[in-house]
Amino acid sequence: MPASSARLLALWPCSLGKTLACLASAWLLLASASGWAQSLEEINQLIKAGQHGKALELANRYLADKPKDAQGRFLKGIALTGLNKQNEAIAVFQKLTEDYPHLPEPYNNLAVIYAQQKQYDKAREALEKAIRTHPAYATAHENLGDIYSRLASEAYGKALSLDASNASAQIKLAMIDSLVSAGKATPASAVATSSAKPTPAPLAKADLPAEPPKPAVLTKPAETKEVKEAKPAPEAKAPEPRPAPPPAVPADDVHAEITATVDRWLAAWSRKDVKAYLAHYAKDFQVPGGQSRKAWEAERAQRVGKPGKIEVTRDKLAIKVEGNQAIVRFRQSYKSAGFNATSGKTLVMSRENGKWLIREERVGG
Amino acid sequence: MKTRAWIAAFWVFAAQGGLAAAPATRYTDSGPEPLLARVFAEIEQSRWEAALNETEALLRAYPNFRLGHLIKGDLLLARIRPLKNFGEGGVQKASEQVADLREEAIARLRAYKNKPRETEVPRYLLQLRPDQKYAIVVDTQKARLYLYQNDNGRPRFVADYYISHGKQGTGKHAEGDKKTPIGVYHVTASLPRQKLPDFYGSGAYPINYPNEWDKKMGKNGHGIWLHGTPSDTFSRPPKASDGCVVLANRDLDALAKNLQIGTTPVIISNSVEWLSLDDWQAERQALLAMIDEWRRDWESLDIERYARHYARNFSGEGKSREEWLAQKRKVNAGKAWIKVKTENISMFRNPGKEEYVVVTFEQDYQSSNLSNRMQKRQYWIKEDGRWKILHEGAA
Repeated sequence: MPASSARLLALWPCSLGKTLACLASAWLLLASASGWAQSLEEINQLIKAGQHGKALELANRYLADKPKDAQGRFLKGIALTGLNKQNEAIAVFQKLTEDYPHLPEPYNNLAVIYAQQKQYDKAREALEKAIRTHPAYATAHENLGDIYSRLASEAYGKALSLDASNASAQIKLAMIDSLVSAGKATPASAVATSSAKPTPAPLAKADLPAEPPKPAVLTKPAETKEVKEAKPAPEAKAPEPRPAPPPAVPADDVHAEITATVDRWLAAWSRKDVKAYLAHYAKDFQVPGGQSRKAWEAERAQRVGKPGKIEVTRDKLAIKVEGNQAIVRFRQSYKSAGFNATSGKTLVMSRENGKWLIREERVGG
Repeated sequence: MKTRAWIAAFWVFAAQGGLAAAPATRYTDSGPEPLLARVFAEIEQSRWEAALNETEALLRAYPNFRLGHLIKGDLLLARIRPLKNFGEGGVQKASEQVADLREEAIARLRAYKNKPRETEVPRYLLQLRPDQKYAIVVDTQKARLYLYQNDNGRPRFVADYYISHGKQGTGKHAEGDKKTPIGVYHVTASLPRQKLPDFYGSGAYPINYPNEWDKKMGKNGHGIWLHGTPSDTFSRPPKASDGCVVLANRDLDALAKNLQIGTTPVIISNSVEWLSLDDWQAERQALLAMIDEWRRDWESLDIERYARHYARNFSGEGKSREEWLAQKRKVNAGKAWIKVKTENISMFRNPGKEEYVVVTFEQDYQSSNLSNRMQKRQYWIKEDGRWKILHEGAA
């Protein structure tokens, strides 16, 4: 979905300065209780006071000690933006998105800068990535798009007195039934809710596996006002940096192996072979939503095995191999009778006993 | 930027019509134009949320206002994909209807931003009769009807309303040509809504097309009405009717309160010509003087003086110019004196290509051997630079 300035404003109602600032405050929640938080708080105060030069200076000093620190880099990006050093700010946020592809804020701030530079396509891409950091966001966003589209077509119908029978079948909204995003619902209740419904009809989109909860999505910028008042949630911890692996020179046969495995996995999914589908997941697979492996398997079995023709396909794989680990990125297309969706998919795979297995599965990236 | 393009596409067209003019501070009707103007102002400022809110307010006030629904559709669609053209989401299904609604939007906004000036009057309303409390002037190109009140002979602007006219435009000359006649007419009847199909909305007021002049020009057709709008829509596109002048029902109801059957003039023009009050005064004084000269020359019993007021192509009461003058000469021969009074004069200039003025008055005729009173109508035209009578007869 294309973004525009209107969209930007709608999504991020505060001005650039405010937007960055409020996201920055949110990030401070992620800071550990160490003395470093003091520095970060100071940088943040300087940014709030509009003293971007001093903030940058302090951020650079801070980063000299902790070059990988996400919060420090994030604040540096904001300070650079405040100093109108847009290209440097882009570089900082860009790198953050590479190291933390699941955090929406750096993508958003990138989009804000791109929009300032009138690079609307890039801004759109960045915002789409921000939304895709969380499957619930993506689903809600797509649903919202569907609703706008439906409201628009109703309005056109009234405007042009179009035959009511022209209207397409009732819109099918994807329901988010896995409550992972809240991080509060217990797996049991989530499962109970979905299985208690006699006919959980339009669950199609939920077939896209949910990703594990991410601290970042729990921090809502607008609601966080005072850092001191905010209680850091126990899970509010900066995710470990995942530096990009050095450009390995993978053997062609490794790529071929991985490609074949992914295709077998998608084929098993498409033909509803639950056993074969689940066999692709490693024992230590990061189960989303803090569910037990058993509950997750039961849920997948129920959804994947649900009657009705489906087809899951992919486009070209981007594979990064490092020893027995591989990160595989691709666009996944899900088609069923009532629902089509395309989304980015990232699989973290590892080789065990000569077999490539899925250890993490994320939407987006 | 996407919606910029939408706005540009709309306004480039609109600007040619003078929409760029500063908005007038006053407006006299209660139509959707002020709200519509606010919607467009918000869109121009890229305040989409506010624009949608204003559009929804507009639709609450005018639930069947199709143009409002179209704009709402655009504002919603713009949230999910770039829009380059007005009504883009409806174009594939009904491109003509979208084009019609765009015309309506332009007509309404243009009229809202270009209200008649208080210092100007339509050229056509040269003289209103004291009992003609109101007069109607229609500008088909602007899709607008102007209501004027008779303020001691001077037309004073009261209200204006959006109107639709013939699908094929104006200059009606034949039955079924789907054109609206251009000329000076008056309301002849009132047809209540109970006796009409829903299509005519809240009522209908026929006008006297074809009038004497139209008949003389060989024009035909019938059933030209001012009427309302079907219940499923607030208004119709600028060019929509088979020749009638169509108003929104609430506008027709408001207008109807001021209509006098058989009396209220309805002047339909392509494009209203405006005169400053001074020019208007000069023009009407010149004509009144000419009418008075004709009256005195008739009283003089000098047939040559009387004859110079009649155009070469004159006709009246079935007589040619020669027959008319021969008759007068014969009658005058038997009279010692004639006294003529012209009372309650009305003068309306024809808005079409043909320059003539319809003059109507009560004629009080007294003579040594005969007296009578009658309602008389004359058509005055310019011939060789002088006003002359082309047609004369009982009204």
